[in-house]
Amino acid sequence: MTDNFVVPARLRNTSLMLIGAGLLAVIGGYITLVSNAHSSDYDKTRFWAVLLHNAVFFTFITGVSIFIQSATSLAQGAWIVAFRRVPEAIGANVWIFGTIALLITCTIVFTFRDSHGNNPIYPWVTPGTDKILLGKASFLNTGMFVGFSVVTVALWSFFGLRFRAMSIAQESAPVNDTKIYWKMFRLSGLFLIVYGLSQMSTTPWFWVMSIQPHWYSTLFSWYSFASAFVSGMSMILLWVVYLKNQGNLELVNKEHMHDLGKFMFAFSIFWTYLWFAQYMLIWYANIPDETIYFKLRQQGPYSVIFYANFIINFIMPILILMARPSKRNYFTVTFMAMVIIFGHWLDYFQMIMPGPLKSHWHIGFFEMGIFMGFIGLLIFTVSNTLSKASLIANNNILVKESTVVIS
Amino acid sequence: MAIKKFAVAAYDDEEVLFKAVSKVRKSGFKLHDVYTPFPVHGLDVALGLKETDLHIAGFIYALCGTSTAVGFISWIYTADWSINYGGKPHFALPAWIPVTFELTVLFAAVGMVLTFCYLNQIMPGVKKHVFHPRQSDDLFVLVLDINNSAAEAEAVQFLKSTHAIETSVQMAEEGWWYGSWDKKEQYELLNA
Repeated sequence: MTDNFVVPARLRNTSLMLIGAGLLAVIGGYITLVSNAHSSDYDKTRFWAVLLHNAVFFTFITGVSIFIQSATSLAQGAWIVAFRRVPEAIGANVWIFGTIALLITCTIVFTFRDSHGNNPIYPWVTPGTDKILLGKASFLNTGMFVGFSVVTVALWSFFGLRFRAMSIAQESAPVNDTKIYWKMFRLSGLFLIVYGLSQMSTTPWFWVMSIQPHWYSTLFSWYSFASAFVSGMSMILLWVVYLKNQGNLELVNKEHMHDLGKFMFAFSIFWTYLWFAQYMLIWYANIPDETIYFKLRQQGPYSVIFYANFIINFIMPILILMARPSKRNYFTVTFMAMVIIFGHWLDYFQMIMPGPLKSHWHIGFFEMGIFMGFIGLLIFTVSNTLSKASLIANNNILVKESTVVIS
Repeated sequence: MAIKKFAVAAYDDEEVLFKAVSKVRKSGFKLHDVYTPFPVHGLDVALGLKETDLHIAGFIYALCGTSTAVGFISWIYTADWSINYGGKPHFALPAWIPVTFELTVLFAAVGMVLTFCYLNQIMPGVKKHVFHPRQSDDLFVLVLDINNSAAEAEAVQFLKSTHAIETSVQMAEEGWWYGSWDKKEQYELLNA
């Protein structure tokens, strides 16, 4: 059975238009916010912070695809095999988003300074006489930042490309040959260690939490991982629904959609659990060093986003996705996947913006333009990768089992 | 509940059972129930059972738990016995969320277990007729409701044609009743 995906002209044009909008936003933003003689420090900070926000968000949600592949390989989960080419294709493009994130974070760390010579996004770069920042300098310094970021992006890119290459190599292996399967099994275990030491700990510390370096939370990385995971799952679901509508992926049935819907539902609850665990301990202890984080977000200029975040990412999924029929309905899951991706984009927005921008935040043409640009880049690269190989992994030893799932 | 007449067939193979079930549904005989020693995948579809509403009951129990917790705690701390704990407001919602969550889960879980027992007619101190002693061991038992003596011979003949290894006709109480296993069943006393 071959299932070749030819990128439809409409999808390609849409993605190119979105990329064009993104490039226009970058150029327009640079002219009005950075190179303009009247632009304030906040304007310049806004330009870089928005690029950082989107680059980090898209690196994390595409990186989730590699995690899902390795987790299901280790668990020997067959349910995903019917559409495994989708996470493979997303994972094989992590290097693009990782490189963009690396370029943007390094540019901010090394070249971006405000009119006082301080770095407004990563204050630890220019600690001055700040005792707390000097105390953290042995970990929070440019060498460690660049080192960890480069190693993380390099390893993610390697595993993302490797998993796809191995899955395609399985197609030309002898039927029922398990050599590649077990090799993938071992590599998956290795990647989980890499992922645990990057996405689930150091990467969010360096890229996101160090924006407000005086404040810290020990479960911050878990929280941002949960946010990325549920949006990464939603993105896979959107691709599966799109390909299904194009007449591809004939092995995928309602049971697979139901499984993806369950993941979206369950991990929305998981995200809320971590969100609340972080919030309640800080609220209860009421230590000024810690409450400063929520003072800005809940009672300060970000309260709209703070409550919208909770409603979109918890109330809506729990009420809409709870019932079985809604998880098996293509329209509801598609709608909720888009809502969840936007909701967690907002979640990352309120993680990143309050530190450098204080009350000077906007969600305007520039922010949406950059968001659209990244979506376009994602659609363009992933659809290109998808069209390179058959969408059904015929020779995968679990493909038969994947088609007989009964919930 | 009422005492009725049943035709009982025992099968020793799932495959045969599935064929028998589809034959029964086509034949016009009234299917009472099927008893198996373990959950058989796809049997609910073959029997044409509609999906359970147990989870809707669970949702309602959960809402009861949530409102009980929030209502009760807020009544205590704002109206009945308002004490200042650590400078927190009297209506300290975040502090109550863990208890509210636990009570939601507790109400949903206990309520659903009891509803499940009621729907399946199982409960301590409650008895139900067992059609075949090996229905919980190694045989699949199919029971037809034949509360019409004219059809008795025909039903047994029909069950034999579905490759049952054993058939019988039994008078039995169809529902559940308070009782214990050492006492005789009601219809046994009637016949004695």
